Amino acid sequence: MKPPRSFVHVRENSLKMSLTSQIIQFLFSGLNVGSIYALVALGFTMIYNATSIINLAQGEFVMLGGLIMVFLTVFLQIPMYLGLILTVAAVTLLGAFFERLAIHPLRNASLLTLIIVTLAGSILFRGIAMFLWGKDPYALPPFSSSKPLHLWGATLQPQFFWVLGITGLVLLGVWFFFNRTLIGKAMTACSFNSTAARLVGINVRKMVLFSFSLSAAVGAIAGIIITPITLMEYDRGPLLALKGFAAAVLGGLGSGGGAIVAGFLIGILESLGAGLVSSGYKDAIALLVMLIVLWVKPSGLFGSAEESELKKF
Amino acid sequence: MAKRNLVTILVSCLLVLGLSWQAFPADKKPYRVGAVFAVTGGASFLGEPEKNTAKMLEEWINAAGGIQGHPLEVIIEDTKTDASQAVLAVRKLLQKDKVIAVVGPSTSGESMAVVPVMEKEKTPLISCAAALSIVTPKSEMERIEKAKSFEMPKIQRKWIFKTPQTDTSAAEAIFDYMKKKGITKVAIITVSNAFGDGGRQQMKRVAPVYDIQIVADERYGPKDSDMTAQLTKIRGTDAQAVINWSVGPPQVIVTKNWKQLGMKIPLYQSHGFGSKRNIELAGGAAEGVICPLSRLVVAEKVKESDPQKAVIMKYKTEYEKRFKAGVSTFGGHAYDAIHMLADALKAAGPNKAKIRDYLETKIKSWPGTGGVFNMSPQDHTGLTKAAFVMIEVKNGDWAFAD
Repeated sequence: MKPPRSFVHVRENSLKMSLTSQIIQFLFSGLNVGSIYALVALGFTMIYNATSIINLAQGEFVMLGGLIMVFLTVFLQIPMYLGLILTVAAVTLLGAFFERLAIHPLRNASLLTLIIVTLAGSILFRGIAMFLWGKDPYALPPFSSSKPLHLWGATLQPQFFWVLGITGLVLLGVWFFFNRTLIGKAMTACSFNSTAARLVGINVRKMVLFSFSLSAAVGAIAGIIITPITLMEYDRGPLLALKGFAAAVLGGLGSGGGAIVAGFLIGILESLGAGLVSSGYKDAIALLVMLIVLWVKPSGLFGSAEESELKKF
Repeated sequence: MAKRNLVTILVSCLLVLGLSWQAFPADKKPYRVGAVFAVTGGASFLGEPEKNTAKMLEEWINAAGGIQGHPLEVIIEDTKTDASQAVLAVRKLLQKDKVIAVVGPSTSGESMAVVPVMEKEKTPLISCAAALSIVTPKSEMERIEKAKSFEMPKIQRKWIFKTPQTDTSAAEAIFDYMKKKGITKVAIITVSNAFGDGGRQQMKRVAPVYDIQIVADERYGPKDSDMTAQLTKIRGTDAQAVINWSVGPPQVIVTKNWKQLGMKIPLYQSHGFGSKRNIELAGGAAEGVICPLSRLVVAEKVKESDPQKAVIMKYKTEYEKRFKAGVSTFGGHAYDAIHMLADALKAAGPNKAKIRDYLETKIKSWPGTGGVFNMSPQDHTGLTKAAFVMIEVKNGDWAFAD
């Protein structure tokens, strides 16, 4: 995964940067942030597809992934790869427990009640994290060197390639899971029509459990790869969840591919907005574009209008 | 075993009680002062060390025989970082406990809320929050903000004082240093919350005085995770330095992004950078960062001849020994406030008006943790940019910038 050394020592001499290299820099920053939005949006989509629930604790899975990784690799000095596996396993388990303890017992409750339960879960996770880790932010060393690289006049941290690479692997894995494995296909079936899925013998309850576990795992991975760049603290979740949710809606709620594309799109829009227009209106620009898209195409970029009429949200 | 422990505790309780009776004769009534701090809630990182400091000082003063033989009683109330709770706490202290003066609150918002109460009751308040508007009447604030050239207030609220340095002083310290370095064009990047907005406003006000032009004015949110876009934009200007104004994680992220972009212009941080943890979190990226810090942060490195040396070393060593936590400038604000009040009580006795007069006119060349105070009717903070020293991060540690 190490980039070639030849890129390392090309530095431009002038103090000013050309507009092209500036834009390239903005695009790279956008891709970086966007990949996290994409992963969070994917987590939303997975749970939404299986249950029609908007899981408001999605951002907390990211936060927990980052903080547990810090605990394992920085405090307990466990090797990086082992820490990664253990962290994902731990957060996946948490996701499963959350479904069993909070969502499962209320299976006959209304959808709105369940969404409020996930909100409660989000507050609970945040409270526990504050109790365990305190309010201070934590850092994680980058996976490989921290020497910046220079590409076409833009500068990048090597961690950027890790973020992009791992995000790509996760997306590939998720695609494979849903399209090539029996459980994945069963989950897809639940998302199309849970009554019909039950009739053909799919255990829908189990699929709900899987969806929570899987989306917790994806969240944890996002947390692990982003922490070396941005630090992590107990209350980082809600903003990530908000941006991820915006991406999921923009992509067309329920569309996995749409969520990913929209995640990257929001990241890039934010970065270009901050760089070329005004950093004060950065968030507003991204959300404005989202509103306009939804106004023109209410089902989102990749959602079908017919399908969205059948959905509760 | 348990029984013996119980006996030991009982005996020591009795001993303590007995001793305190001996120390203070019955005719010497305790001097009661109130302290309102944000011990819990969002600003607990301010209130916690302030509370600890208040307790420690109360013990020190009473162990040394109190104030003119009167024991000092500091009644601490928690505001939960909530302005309405702060007002309730202050009312309770004034009406029920009949305190002579109040120290705190911890944040500017809470302080502004209790100011009218204190003014109405004609009781001195020494706030532990930084905003200039706490000690300056609204009309005077408007006058200096609208003034064409940079001005400091000439009128102060009669009963209100504060110990933390004003944002303006930090901005002045940075620009003063930059001027010496020949920097004339800077870019500022600030967080969009009260702290960042305050800093941004003050920097814009102060820069012209030092012949410095602000060529870029970038902002970001308090929970943003990447500021490379803003810094890239700054890299495209002819700024000779960047000043970042924020607290918490964003200032570390800006530092990392600055290093990542390989920016050749120096990065300055506000006085909010003064925690060793920031250097650790930045993982090497903080090398070369320059910031104005209170001498308390670099206590060991301050020269012996410095008037603050004795105060800051004593506070730092005692605080760290007792609370097993690093000393912070926030606790220092409470230290200065209570000490000033104790000095005033010693000279003026339990008379609110006399205490106020003492604070305004007699706190001169008074070394505290935040700086050497010089209060006057025109200045109820009493600190200038000299309260800060310019510090550079070298080899993962603070060093005086040359």
